[in-house]
Amino acid sequence: MDILEQLNYWAAISLAMVGLFTIMSRGHLIKKLIGLSLFQTSVFLLFITIGKLSGGTAPIISKDFLYYSNPLPHVLILTAIVVSIATLAVGLALSVAIKRTYGTGEDDELEDLDRNEGEP
Amino acid sequence: MDQKKYKGEKKIDLYINIIILIFVLLTGIAAVWLRNLVASAMLLGIYSLLMATLWVVLDAVDVAFTEAAVGAGITTALLLFSIWLTGKHEKKSTKKPWLPLIGVIATGGLLIFGTIGMPDFGDPNAPAHLHVAPYYLQYSVSQTTSPNVVTAVLASYRGFDTLGEVTVIFTAGIGVLALLTGLRRRRRSQKLEIKK
Repeated sequence: MDILEQLNYWAAISLAMVGLFTIMSRGHLIKKLIGLSLFQTSVFLLFITIGKLSGGTAPIISKDFLYYSNPLPHVLILTAIVVSIATLAVGLALSVAIKRTYGTGEDDELEDLDRNEGEP
Repeated sequence: MDQKKYKGEKKIDLYINIIILIFVLLTGIAAVWLRNLVASAMLLGIYSLLMATLWVVLDAVDVAFTEAAVGAGITTALLLFSIWLTGKHEKKSTKKPWLPLIGVIATGGLLIFGTIGMPDFGDPNAPAHLHVAPYYLQYSVSQTTSPNVVTAVLASYRGFDTLGEVTVIFTAGIGVLALLTGLRRRRRSQKLEIKK
């Protein structure tokens, strides 16, 4: 096993972990959503790497080529990209709504506001 | 294709891929590191564009188009719009990052342990290349007359997936509209109460 051969998987895992760490440790809601989109692209990287065939070309059938990369992960990831923009749009709308209602976008301030509201 | 040429092409693919991956990792980490959210959003746009280049290297041209349009274009526009509405500065967090750090390192270690069983980069004998993909590559032109196999699979073989995707976009659109217009109505009623 060559280390270089596994490097794409490790890059996907490190991107996913950077995204996960951002979601858990940063307080601002929009920064959490940026971390979420890093996590999503890391999954795309994993799938497209699995679909790659070395010496192959893009899966558009032509007489000049014999080997093609696997088209199925490409289709799945096309769907996933569109779903990721949908989740991002809903998350951003939610954070705009929270900012308008509470006046802040930081999650520890939101917790304080909720706690103070509970005990009048 | 003879064996020697095959090996040479494999190396070039792998090296270009690794060089772009380094840039992708650097911009990704910088995008979450900075506290200025506008800079973060712009770096995320650069990150998506680099990802689109990486998809071209990995032969996924349709994904590259979509990533460049949706990831680098629409995502950046949406992020900038909502940063404009909510303010661009992130406060320094008071929470201790130790617990998330330990959790992330443990999860990452387990996942890297899991890659021991994964096939090599571009291995033609990987399980993914032996299952249903050869069928699509062989029959898509005769069955759907589309030379682009990705289009054939997306619109014909897996058309129901695409229907589900459209449903998701529709639901997300309704959700965004409900969140933003419901808010405006509530603010207007609050203003009326203040006037009374």
